[in-house]
Amino acid sequence: MHVTAGATRQLVRMRGRSYVAFVFTPEIPIVGWLAEIDATLARSPGFFVGKPVVLDLSALDLSRAAITHLVNNLEERNIRVLGIEGVDADQLTTSMPPLLTGGRSCVITRTETAEKPEAKPKPNSLLLESPVRSGQSIVFTDGDVTVLGSVGSGAEIVAGGSIHVYGTLRGRAMAGVNGNSSARIYCQKIEAELLAIDGYYQTAEEIDASLRNRPAQAWLQGATMKITPLN
Amino acid sequence: MAKVLVVTSGKGGVGKTTSTAALGAALAQSGESVVVIDFDVGLRNLDLVMGAERRVVFDLINVVQGVAKLQQALIRDKRLENLWLLPASQTRDKDALTDEGVGRIIAELRTKFDWVLCDSPAGIERGAMLAMRYADEAVIITNPEVSSVRDSDRIIGMLDSKTVKAEQGERVTKHVLITRYDPARAARGEMLSIDDILEILATPLLGIIPESQDVLRASNVGSPVTLNNAASAPARAYVDAARRLMGETVDMIVPSERRGLMNRLLGRRAA
Repeated sequence: MHVTAGATRQLVRMRGRSYVAFVFTPEIPIVGWLAEIDATLARSPGFFVGKPVVLDLSALDLSRAAITHLVNNLEERNIRVLGIEGVDADQLTTSMPPLLTGGRSCVITRTETAEKPEAKPKPNSLLLESPVRSGQSIVFTDGDVTVLGSVGSGAEIVAGGSIHVYGTLRGRAMAGVNGNSSARIYCQKIEAELLAIDGYYQTAEEIDASLRNRPAQAWLQGATMKITPLN
Repeated sequence: MAKVLVVTSGKGGVGKTTSTAALGAALAQSGESVVVIDFDVGLRNLDLVMGAERRVVFDLINVVQGVAKLQQALIRDKRLENLWLLPASQTRDKDALTDEGVGRIIAELRTKFDWVLCDSPAGIERGAMLAMRYADEAVIITNPEVSSVRDSDRIIGMLDSKTVKAEQGERVTKHVLITRYDPARAARGEMLSIDDILEILATPLLGIIPESQDVLRASNVGSPVTLNNAASAPARAYVDAARRLMGETVDMIVPSERRGLMNRLLGRRAA
């Protein structure tokens, strides 16, 4: 019996854990202080959502009713008070947040802030709706570049992915610069000064003259660059 | 509403100054009040082409630096009372130009004139940048040869990125003016064709000025070609271009020299 009883006895395990909480120190007049909280909320709504808040009332001498009123006011603003600091225990009723003691101040790191709505995926293509002029350099290492116009002589396009030119390519085009050997270069008319894919390149002189002024594509076959007419 | 128009090209010697003077005079002849500004500080020429070189007292740099008032530096043309010149300084260089100073002058000229024509220096440095900085419209002077066309392409790119209008998300209205065009040589394939130029630059055409001895003759006597010999082929082409700038629709033709019977006979014999 004795042995069985010992085996079934449940042990309540207690663990300590510390959290970082915002500490509010209300000032007199309370109405003015609440207005400042409202201003903060107007600038960034939801700033206090999901964050523990502690009221430090040591600088004030508030009655029980006043404390209740203050806590209610904060709850109306969706700020839930986790605990109260700096008052006598007998001033708090059981319906109020508990008394906290022994807090240490620390720096609030804002790594876990909920303000990350702009975590959109990075665009992986770049569309240029106007011609790329001589002397302009377009560098986009995150993906494909599409140009709805011509690329002028003396202009250059550098892309992490493929390059598409719906006009005449007269400048330089460098595709797959991050080591993407399956990148290609397409253009409506090829008069390029230089084509490069993943570091392999051909200059205008090496490009077959029969391709000139025709739609063409360039791709890598092993370590050689192939340039062939499109359709 | 005043329009600020920059005449630019990138490349030198293509006819910016000649075109500024000719377009300015043509606009003034049709009743608009016009001021032409020489931005080629240190290498000024517009005063010569306008025939005003002996009347220069104060210049653009004096006004930029506040040494002289704008009214003191403006020179009125002797032939057209609504055509004015703001000359460049020959003794200074482009570093004497400041962005604020140029902006202030252009803003002041806007209130006084219908057209402010800025004659840009060649190149893409400070002088050329400040000449185009406050422009509403641009005339890009291009010769029918590859180096000029590529330089024009470069300048168009800068007009789309370095001007106040571009920085405000608007666009400078751009026109291509082809100068020194020789129809006979173009027909023989010795020059870039108009179509090739427009295909490369992807910018609307303002006019085609034929190569002509009249241009040199006019600048030698210090007169814009449109004033010196209004019947000449380049003058008629510039007048057409100016009318297009004012919003008129004018058929695009390349005016040719009117040859006398004797010339025609000689020409035929030579051919």
